[in-house]
Amino acid sequence: MRHSTYLFCAVALTLAPGAALAQAVPLGDPAQGAELYQQECAACHQIGEGAEHRIGPKLNRIFDRRAGSLEFDGYSEALPRQGRDGLHWDFPRLDAYIANPRSLVSGTNMGYPGLEDAGERADLIAFIRAFSDRPQDIPEAAPTAFAPEVQLPAEVLEIEGDAEYGEFLSASCTTCHQRSGDHAGIPGIVGWPEEDFVVAMHAYKQELRPHQVMQSVAQRLDDEEIAALAAYFRALRRE
Amino acid sequence: MKLNRRRFLGSATAASAILSAPALLGNARPRVVVIGGGSGGGTAARYLATDSNGALDVTLIEPSRMYYTCYFSNLYLGGFWEFDALGHDYGNMAMSGVNIIHDWAMAVDRDAQTVSLGAGGTVPYDRLVVSPGIDFVDGAVPGWDVSQQGKMPHAYKSGTQAQLLKSQVENMREGGVYAMIAPPNPYRCPPGPYERISMVAHILSERNPTAKILIVDPKENFSKRGLFEEGWNRHYAGMVDWIGPDFGGDNVEVRPDDMEVVIDGMVESVDVCNVIPAQKAGKIADLAGLTNDAGWAPVMPQDMRSRMDDNVFVLGDASQQGAMPKSGYSANSQAKVVANVIRGELTDSRIFPARYSNACWSLIATDDGVKVGASYEPGEDEIESVSSFISETGEDAELRRQTYEESIGWYNGIVDDIFG
Repeated sequence: MRHSTYLFCAVALTLAPGAALAQAVPLGDPAQGAELYQQECAACHQIGEGAEHRIGPKLNRIFDRRAGSLEFDGYSEALPRQGRDGLHWDFPRLDAYIANPRSLVSGTNMGYPGLEDAGERADLIAFIRAFSDRPQDIPEAAPTAFAPEVQLPAEVLEIEGDAEYGEFLSASCTTCHQRSGDHAGIPGIVGWPEEDFVVAMHAYKQELRPHQVMQSVAQRLDDEEIAALAAYFRALRRE
Repeated sequence: MKLNRRRFLGSATAASAILSAPALLGNARPRVVVIGGGSGGGTAARYLATDSNGALDVTLIEPSRMYYTCYFSNLYLGGFWEFDALGHDYGNMAMSGVNIIHDWAMAVDRDAQTVSLGAGGTVPYDRLVVSPGIDFVDGAVPGWDVSQQGKMPHAYKSGTQAQLLKSQVENMREGGVYAMIAPPNPYRCPPGPYERISMVAHILSERNPTAKILIVDPKENFSKRGLFEEGWNRHYAGMVDWIGPDFGGDNVEVRPDDMEVVIDGMVESVDVCNVIPAQKAGKIADLAGLTNDAGWAPVMPQDMRSRMDDNVFVLGDASQQGAMPKSGYSANSQAKVVANVIRGELTDSRIFPARYSNACWSLIATDDGVKVGASYEPGEDEIESVSSFISETGEDAELRRQTYEESIGWYNGIVDDIFG
């Protein structure tokens, strides 16, 4: 089932990419997604007619919306910051966020561990998407194009970072990010779990995360170098 | 190949110098001397001392006991930053193991590998880092030399000059004219003169709204021009006039005694005149024989090593390295590469391939910040840009405010990185 969903998308894009962009491609099964929503999301997020903010903001019309832009008091500092930098909720970013919220927004308040299965995420997003503008109704609505895989392969996550190399490379980080971990104006990066660091840097490298300086920094780091930095900063302690 | 051979010979010479120099008897630690305690030299000294865990004897020669950063001195001018907050002392750097000599470096004897001090005596080195910043080219603006800086300040080395310029702007007569003589390329901090214009306009629009600002510029174009001009139109409409080379901006003379500026033969009376002359490497780089005909110190792109001497590295504004702008951020970035290389050569620690980067934030008005930056790598002959970014015109106010807050975060980050 999951498999066939993927195959369908791949075929649609391969055979007729123009058509796939112009029409809403059924990315997943919204009925499955509705069940998943009840299990995974509903405790914090309402959606649909009469939805209100609860622990998390309501998710109506989330597609194409700037991150952290609702009148909602529970946002972290980080989410509206990324929104101002340009983070909008399109398919690949929602997918990355649901897969691992901290990969996209390190300081998010969303205490959700992430949904590993890409097919389940596609189902879930298909369900959530039904509550936003859809291209078949409003052609200006956000496209439903399926994005390239954004998950990191296990071997990238498993690279053991060379902390000594990381210390050298970190010099280009500490011009802005203080070694003490202080974070006024620029977020602190000291003591992060390595995996968070690695996925965050890859999210910048793939331009899923919006910040210009960070995209520029990340683009020239290879997998080993990102792992090296992660190992170095993991070992630093906040002062 | 030639380079490798020279480097090999260079280190052999250094090794024999350690054995023969009398000053080093009883002191097995290799010596690194750093001239200049700003963003380049300060960073290099601190990283060398800290990262080598005392294996290197690191001496910093810097005449000032308190270093005032040039970056953010425009914000001080505009009333957004306290003067005292620009100043940083060397206490923490000394605590990190750097031996600090507050004196002038008067000369470098590259054969003997010594630096002589203003108060007399010499300091021997195995490796020398030269990071003296800029000096002004004599006669660059006819009618002006440094003896006129009390009447027509440059305010391009922070400190008291920044205070003088601020006082002149604040006390300008109602409806007066502030003129800036902008420098030709290359010069320290490419967006700096134009951020300064923004800050002067900010003060004048609040205190003296009928005043005018004149920029006399020899350049066809300038850093972040689209962003600055958009901001000047939005916040300070009608106040700023830019005279480029097509209108005589490259043919200017000043008369400090009469407070006049002569632009292509036309005499203008002005009330404040901020002369930012053409620039060259700080004097000691020239005295040490490290500069070329253009007045800058050419270096190898791989490690900022002087093209004149394998035992000498030149950092920051004084160096001629290629595509990196002359900025505190660039100097800080270059210093880390140099610290890694010198430590590797003298203590056998690992040497990694150079990475350089730069970003420059500028403030246009209250909460209206913009930025530009790039990543750099060594090319064959010079440092080359590998990717770059710049703020866009028409960005919303929230993003601009965030960019300004980010610049404050950067300032606190870099001074902590340098001075601790």
